[in-house]
Amino acid sequence: MKSLSGTGALIRLFLRLDRVRLPVWALVLGIVPVGTASAFQGLYTTEASRLELAATVTSNPAFTALLGPMYDPSIGGLTAWRIGTLGSFIVALMTVLTMIRHTRDDEETGRRELMGSTVVGRQAPLAAAMTVTIATGVIIGIIITMGLVGLGLPLEGSMAFGAGFTAVTVSFAAVGAFAAQLTQAGSTARGVGVGIAGLFFVLRMAGDVAGSDGLGWLSWLSPIGWFSRLRPFAGERWWVFALWIGFSVAVTSIAVLVQSRRDVGEGALPPRPGPARAGAGLGSTTGLAWRLQRGSLIGWTAGLGVLGIIYGAAGDSIGEMLADNPQLAEIFEQMGGTQTITDTFFAAAVGIIAIVASAYSIRSVLKLKTEEDSLRSELVLATATPRSRYAWSHLVYGLAGPVVILGVAGALAGATYGAIVGDVAGETPRVLAAAMSQLPAVWVLTGATMALYGAFPRLASLSWGVLAFCLILGQLGQILQFPQWSLNLSPFTHTPMIPAEDFVAMPFAILLALAAGLVAAGMAGFRARDTPYS
Amino acid sequence: MSNAISISGLEKHFGHVAALDGLDLEVATGEVHGFLGPNGAGKTTTIRVLLGLLRSDGGDVSLLGGDPWSQATELHRRLAYVPGDVSLWPNLTGGEVIDLLGRLRGGLDEGKRADLLERFDLDPTKKGRTYSKGNRQKVALVAALSSNVELLILDEPTAGLDPLMEAQFRSAIEEDREKGRTVLLASHILAEVEALCDRVSIVRKGRTVESGTLDQLRHLTRTTVIADVTADPAPLRSLRGVHGLKVQDHRVELEVDGDRMAELMSSLAPLGVRTLVSHPPTLEELFMRHYQDGENRE
Repeated sequence: MKSLSGTGALIRLFLRLDRVRLPVWALVLGIVPVGTASAFQGLYTTEASRLELAATVTSNPAFTALLGPMYDPSIGGLTAWRIGTLGSFIVALMTVLTMIRHTRDDEETGRRELMGSTVVGRQAPLAAAMTVTIATGVIIGIIITMGLVGLGLPLEGSMAFGAGFTAVTVSFAAVGAFAAQLTQAGSTARGVGVGIAGLFFVLRMAGDVAGSDGLGWLSWLSPIGWFSRLRPFAGERWWVFALWIGFSVAVTSIAVLVQSRRDVGEGALPPRPGPARAGAGLGSTTGLAWRLQRGSLIGWTAGLGVLGIIYGAAGDSIGEMLADNPQLAEIFEQMGGTQTITDTFFAAAVGIIAIVASAYSIRSVLKLKTEEDSLRSELVLATATPRSRYAWSHLVYGLAGPVVILGVAGALAGATYGAIVGDVAGETPRVLAAAMSQLPAVWVLTGATMALYGAFPRLASLSWGVLAFCLILGQLGQILQFPQWSLNLSPFTHTPMIPAEDFVAMPFAILLALAAGLVAAGMAGFRARDTPYS
Repeated sequence: MSNAISISGLEKHFGHVAALDGLDLEVATGEVHGFLGPNGAGKTTTIRVLLGLLRSDGGDVSLLGGDPWSQATELHRRLAYVPGDVSLWPNLTGGEVIDLLGRLRGGLDEGKRADLLERFDLDPTKKGRTYSKGNRQKVALVAALSSNVELLILDEPTAGLDPLMEAQFRSAIEEDREKGRTVLLASHILAEVEALCDRVSIVRKGRTVESGTLDQLRHLTRTTVIADVTADPAPLRSLRGVHGLKVQDHRVELEVDGDRMAELMSSLAPLGVRTLVSHPPTLEELFMRHYQDGENRE
């Protein structure tokens, strides 16, 4: 097929470009499940202890909302529950971003044109990008399968787990290929792809929380939900793979069809002309930053607002569940009443919202790096714009954006829960305060990003590693019983678990001072260094 | 008259690589100054030091009477810059970018903006990502040329323009020159430099190798002479200052050093000259010779 000529050369090119990134992804995504299984083996040695964990977990809908249902209290079953759903989502994100980087981004920057003038067929870049991405998924699957079998877990379940992650990769490679066709901008394609992945995650969340009754079928609409339906280590349902294959083939076909009908560099949706003159707002660096940042601020706020509503609604299911189970209710009441359980749930929920808000914050500070890498910052810095004002114009989104996001998500979670239990005026400020109490920890990550960008711009992307580190500590640290000193490395360990715990001023002040120091260091670095950095 | 730009002994290192190695540049106020050199010679690095984006590692730099690093913001009100590789915001239209950059510099000449848009045949309603390289360059040029500034710093501004647009660019710069604006024009296009520039500096490997008016530079180099003679042209071989002599029957082609022209003429006359063509070195020849000599020396 002529349209595929040059695919081999492109595969080699993409492997060369991603020679660090993809192996790191594959290793992390492959090793985390194996490490988790190994930790479970060490911590929950007896059947009784596993049953106890399973009972706590299955009785809490918040866990089901986040992590999906648990089907079997074996080591494998626990691992599949703990890692499977959230891991599938992260695999989906990695896949979509990799696909778009090698398809639409190349078209947008004109690299595709450069390739197109050589012997490269029309469909070759898409085919090469899919091959590389899917190969990464296969490697992840092999690492997981071999690792789990190596720990002595059943072969069938290990294979289902590994192949399940591979199947998720294949499905979202198709989603990425589709998203890349729509518009000219890589950023829009990324938004669409990540949005689809988020939608599938929320669909399965709604379905899983509903369980077998009512809306349970929603989970069957989601390639992420299929992972838990595959039931690794709990009577594997191999036919679920047919769903993934059907989905991937259908979506890939659409992408290929659209691609064969459009011009290189164009999107399926035509670009529209814009205003010939700048509006009054676009007259300063502040106005420019607002234009560049507003879309993502609105998008993230809306997305996390929806998540807040879901958490708010789930908060009440805990009360309902206790009403159905008098013995359990009695135990909880001895521990301090249902209020404590809901409060613990909300403290955990705002913790997760805070991690996502940190991702937004890092992204918006790193916009400075995107602007510098593309040399657009040079256009602005060659005008009468002081460097500090320019840097602040974007940094302010990293600092104030999380206030907006946590404020909206916290208020909506509290109001939703309040509406259900009939106390909007009381619950809204409580959950809102819980969300706001996470800000100092978020700002430490904002500051770390700015410090890296200002002083060591080449290493600025490491701030994502810092976030991943905090995510792993926060999500797995407790259940895998990491030593306390390692948990202390994450700023999120030090924010009080409001509303379950009382407000404590000291850690707040320390985190705020740390964040301020990091921002100041980053600012000083940026003002003193060469730009573009070399 | 004071100098708009005055650089002496400028050094800039990137790691172990010396991008600028004692570069000198003098641009008088009100002149159009050509800044010539091959890729990687240090033109863009020099411009970034002038713009206070890069910090120099040595030497003296003065821009509009100030220090480009510490007084960057004040000085930038008085200049406009067009980078060699213009990258625009994908979601902003060309018109928005022109207005934005103008406002960030402190004001635009509305009449000039409209006039330049027309002359460059630029559609200001298109989004940044849909412009070709040439059109992106036009956006930056319109923004710079319609700003009320005294100095223009242009880094290969016409690399993506077609010949028609290049002619428009030249006439726009001619007008600016008449109004007394200073222009530093880094370029590869020698015809453009030859047509526009009062003075030229040639850089190579981070050093200035030649600087002066075009006439001064030509004087230092060879003139090409082609003649038809009736007698045997052998005596020309022994002349000093004659290079690359080619004899084909009675046709002679040679290059002669600028200060040996008189001797050549008196030697040619006795040979019975039927036709004589002589032209001064084009900037291209001058440029090529400089670089080839440079390469050969190493």
